Amino acid sequence: MIRGWLAVAVFAGLVAMLAFGLTRDPSRVSSPLIGLPVPAFQAERLASADEHFDSTALRGEWSLLNVWASWCTTCLEEHELLMRLSQQLALYGINHRDTRDEARNWLQVYGNPYRASAFDEHGEVGIELGVYKVPETFLLDPDGVIRYKHVGALDEEAYQEQILARIREGRP
Amino acid sequence: MKRATAWGFCLLFAGSACLAVDEAADERYRNLLYELRCLVCQNQSLADSDAELAGDLRRRVQDLIDQGMSDEEIVAHLQARYGDFILYRPPLAWRTAALWAGPFVLLALTAWLLLRRIRRGHARASGSLSDVERERLKDVLKRGSD
Repeated sequence: MIRGWLAVAVFAGLVAMLAFGLTRDPSRVSSPLIGLPVPAFQAERLASADEHFDSTALRGEWSLLNVWASWCTTCLEEHELLMRLSQQLALYGINHRDTRDEARNWLQVYGNPYRASAFDEHGEVGIELGVYKVPETFLLDPDGVIRYKHVGALDEEAYQEQILARIREGRP
Repeated sequence: MKRATAWGFCLLFAGSACLAVDEAADERYRNLLYELRCLVCQNQSLADSDAELAGDLRRRVQDLIDQGMSDEEIVAHLQARYGDFILYRPPLAWRTAALWAGPFVLLALTAWLLLRRIRRGHARASGSLSDVERERLKDVLKRGSD
């Protein structure tokens, strides 16, 4: 009798474990950079090759660092939200593996939510940030420390629960 | 840069030893690519994957080899950016203990259960002679001692 129940318990445990596994998205890999200062990198600005985008300048206030590209269709899904957020938050872009013309044109057509965008033509900056799936969004605290990373299109729910919650928590 | 100087030496001395140096670097490059996972197509190594990210990471690995980094340093460089997931062989640590030890624990447990079952089966088989069999056994033993 006990053995029968034991078998049922083992089976139920296995089902629970596999069911939990199904709810997890294997394409979302947690970043080792969370809790660390944003990696130091310098890149040309999208707007002008003569101006530089310096990651160490991203401090003093909470900011979002958003990796985007004109070829990235998922980026359009989050674009409206980003346009709205740009009214309340410092939003910076990293234009990933793109051409200047197409990227600038994209911003003109859909609107530019970024204070500035780094031009990462060959994906070098992307590697520094561990980017593997565009779009990605990093939340930086006023000390320039990465507090959260969102992979894929940002939505209202993720913004409220992950980003806004952290900003409110961090504010004294 | 180092590579360029190495090739310069090759042209100067035209020795086969220089080619061997370059071949060793190429082999290191290939071996490293098979140890590293592409994060886009997650079941392919950097060597196998056609994803753009894999191309970028291959270029980074080549750059780091050219800069004179050791294999361990290159792996650590990528691990610091992409996490353990980029390694095909996860590191042995407390948080990965279940992953490494799990299969052996299960094997030991199954072996123990199996052995116990076999032993019990033997015990039951030897202890369950029917009355007729017992009589026959006595007969056989008696005849043998005569």
